[in-house]
Amino acid sequence: MEFATSPEIAQCFPDLHPAMDARAAVVEANRCLNCFDAPCMGACPTHIDVPGFIRKIAAGNVSGSARTILDANVLGASCSRVCPVEVLCEGACVLHGKHQKPIEIGRLQRFATETFYDAGGRLALRQRDERTQRIACIGAGPASLACAAELRQQGFQVHVIDRRPLPGGLNTYGVAEYKLRAADSLREVEMVRGLGVEFETRDVDAASLEELEREYDAVFLGGGLGAMHRLEVADAHTAGAGIIDALKFIAAYKTGTPLSIGRRVVVIGAGNTAIDAACAAKRLGAETVTLVYRRQRENIPAFDFEYDHALREGVEFLWATLPTAITANDTGLVLTCVAVTQDANGHLTSQPGSEFTIECDAVVPAIGQSPLLELLSQVRGVTMQRGRVAIDRATGQTANPKYFAGGDCVNDGREVVDAVADGKRAALGIADWLLARMEEHSG
Amino acid sequence: MADLTTNFAGIHSPNPFWLASAPPTNTGEQVMRAFDAGWGGAVWKTIGEPITNVSSRYSSIDWNAQRMMGLNNIELITDRPIETNLREIAEVKRRYPRHAVIASLMVESTREAWHEMVKRTEDAGADGLELNFGCPHGMSERGMGAAVGQVPEYTQRITEWVKEVARTPVLVKLTPNVTDIRVIARAARRAGADGLSAINTINSITGIDLESFSPRPNVDGKSSHGGYCGPAVKPIALNMVQQVMADIIDGPSIPLSGIGGIGNWQDAAEFLLLGCTSVQVCTAVMHYGYRIVQEMIDGLSNWMDANGFATLNDLRGKSLSKVTEWKNLNLNYKIVARIDEALCIGCQLCHIACWDGAHQCIHVDRVSGPVDGHVELHAQPREFGRERIVVTPIPRLDPPKAHVGPYATSLERIPRVDETECVGCNLCSLVCPVDECITMVEIPTGLAPESWAERSAAAECTTPRVSE
Repeated sequence: MEFATSPEIAQCFPDLHPAMDARAAVVEANRCLNCFDAPCMGACPTHIDVPGFIRKIAAGNVSGSARTILDANVLGASCSRVCPVEVLCEGACVLHGKHQKPIEIGRLQRFATETFYDAGGRLALRQRDERTQRIACIGAGPASLACAAELRQQGFQVHVIDRRPLPGGLNTYGVAEYKLRAADSLREVEMVRGLGVEFETRDVDAASLEELEREYDAVFLGGGLGAMHRLEVADAHTAGAGIIDALKFIAAYKTGTPLSIGRRVVVIGAGNTAIDAACAAKRLGAETVTLVYRRQRENIPAFDFEYDHALREGVEFLWATLPTAITANDTGLVLTCVAVTQDANGHLTSQPGSEFTIECDAVVPAIGQSPLLELLSQVRGVTMQRGRVAIDRATGQTANPKYFAGGDCVNDGREVVDAVADGKRAALGIADWLLARMEEHSG
Repeated sequence: MADLTTNFAGIHSPNPFWLASAPPTNTGEQVMRAFDAGWGGAVWKTIGEPITNVSSRYSSIDWNAQRMMGLNNIELITDRPIETNLREIAEVKRRYPRHAVIASLMVESTREAWHEMVKRTEDAGADGLELNFGCPHGMSERGMGAAVGQVPEYTQRITEWVKEVARTPVLVKLTPNVTDIRVIARAARRAGADGLSAINTINSITGIDLESFSPRPNVDGKSSHGGYCGPAVKPIALNMVQQVMADIIDGPSIPLSGIGGIGNWQDAAEFLLLGCTSVQVCTAVMHYGYRIVQEMIDGLSNWMDANGFATLNDLRGKSLSKVTEWKNLNLNYKIVARIDEALCIGCQLCHIACWDGAHQCIHVDRVSGPVDGHVELHAQPREFGRERIVVTPIPRLDPPKAHVGPYATSLERIPRVDETECVGCNLCSLVCPVDECITMVEIPTGLAPESWAERSAAAECTTPRVSE
């Protein structure tokens, strides 16, 4: 799938962390202690053999290193760029205990996988025997890609179905461009396609679900979450095009059709997506970007390193502030806010008389995605818990045994690597279930 | 500050740090710069009939991303005319009368050739002569270098020829490429050599280029074995130095100039403690330049001051009495490994090293409970990390990870030593990346010291002999 970010956009989003050259990678790889039962490996949701792949880099076996990574995590290249390594592998590195810098696992992983792909490396098929069973993966994001790749590795026939024209899910449409370019996400999808996974672009609704259930031996639900929650403020309808949902904003600039945001941008929310949107607004030319959050700094859902990054990008923060209304005037939008206090239980109370306004050109809500309740509630027998699909953690199987699920729709929106781990576990669960059924039938 | 002045069999130098006969001592200009940098002496790049060298000449071994852990060369002796070298020696001695200039010599193996060479060199003003009987490549194919040094009779005969005319101290440089270096050292002593230097480089092929299949260093697609030196050879050199210095067959020991992997003051101190009078350095200078001698002088004198050594004589050979044959070691001395939990970072390298490489007595069971009892199961150590379902932690959703125990590292990752099984081999303390985390602690056995020699002698006395 050919896709290239326009040079104007690419120029605004150079790599956040520079790539490592071969010599630097060997030096860094040699700092690794090669722990036994390594904590970094244990901390990785996909359990990549980190000391193993690092040792191969040290020994000059870069393609072997990449295969070690990709065996455990088929999206190892994008994970190396988007993983919050500070709270995963690098956070678990024992060198912290010696007051030394942890091994730069993320950058080493990126070095290995990108060197491998740049040299024309492809995923190798483990299993040559084809199986007849067919599995549909709904959604073409990380969870489905990991599930599909693993199932193909075991010889199953896999179709990935997604409503969007480009595959890759949030990896293609939703990750800040300075972390992962859409083109890199698509290159990774091509690797999965190369295993023999088939991709289709179409909407899945209740009717087509029934059809899928008849046609396929198992269905993997990897469709992620639904639209961004709507901003519940007064007069929002009058603001019109000035309110841009953060995910749409990010997807638009990443796919070459940036939305106009003006000079003054307010982002509402303080999760990782809010930070991505705020930084992107800054890089796309906004003069001021203000992030409005109803709680305090210590309550933000974003990772600390994301917050620090936003500060470096020049994003301003307004804490304990709740938007109450948006109106339009001659020069743009007027966002009315009120100061709130938070009690020990986290309950928020508006402070009477504390209203103030912010003049801006665009308001970008980033206040979390809603679950795909509409679709999922139509899957017979699949149960939901607090908006998430209920599964058996080890196999990904839902209450309807033919359906498996993973990724954001079961974990409420975590990281790419969590989706990959979910998808891989579900693939193993599907394979076990299908093979057990086959034995039942033949026995 | 400690007195570092050195008297090597009558060759005086302001400190024991000499440059070995090698590229760093190729020319008078280099040697004078080295003396300016602080070197006490220089053994001139071997002088003889000028040769033609090949290119390339050097190759090396990197280790864990560090360059030149070992260096190999196939360079021969000087490629400059004898008279040029001798003129420059005269010039250096004129300008640096208090520094030691030792001429390394190698000529064809005839009495006349050696007599002439020795006389010309001493006339030029060299403070001493070093006979290069060690060069392991090229020259040995022409009946010189190691071809002499590997045969005690040749070594003795040529040394005798030199001593017939030499007025300055004569050092014989020993090759390590022999079965027993002491045999050659004895031959040199019998011939009247005033001193020895050891070791020369070790026969080696540093590696093969895995694309061209040619060994390194590459000379038009082929290579030849070379001489190995650098940090990698130090342990071999120390052993040979000890062997030579502890050997008293065929007369008392004579001064030895230690060579082999010396790169800092600590290396130098070790050679001195094993009895060397001076030390010679090459690879470290080829890597970093003459300036490294400043660290060596400073480090050695600080260490001498701290230990109350006023002169080099106070420390020379102090470790010789501590090297003995295995049969004299105390069998009743017992140590075991102790892990300092407060320092442990949980890498578990001690565990896997002990498990796969030693005696299976370091366990990871502080939380799960000891697995060893009457029947110890030596199953494959488990990798727990792979078995757990792990997610990216989100502070507001996920409880912080359980931390067991009072130490910075959770107890489940801190290995435990089964002291009843520990044989005190040291391996765990060697692989542990944290200084002082694993220490070897003496466990008094209550038994009097007893060596294998004593035990077997006692057994012989008590075992009735079978009469013939």
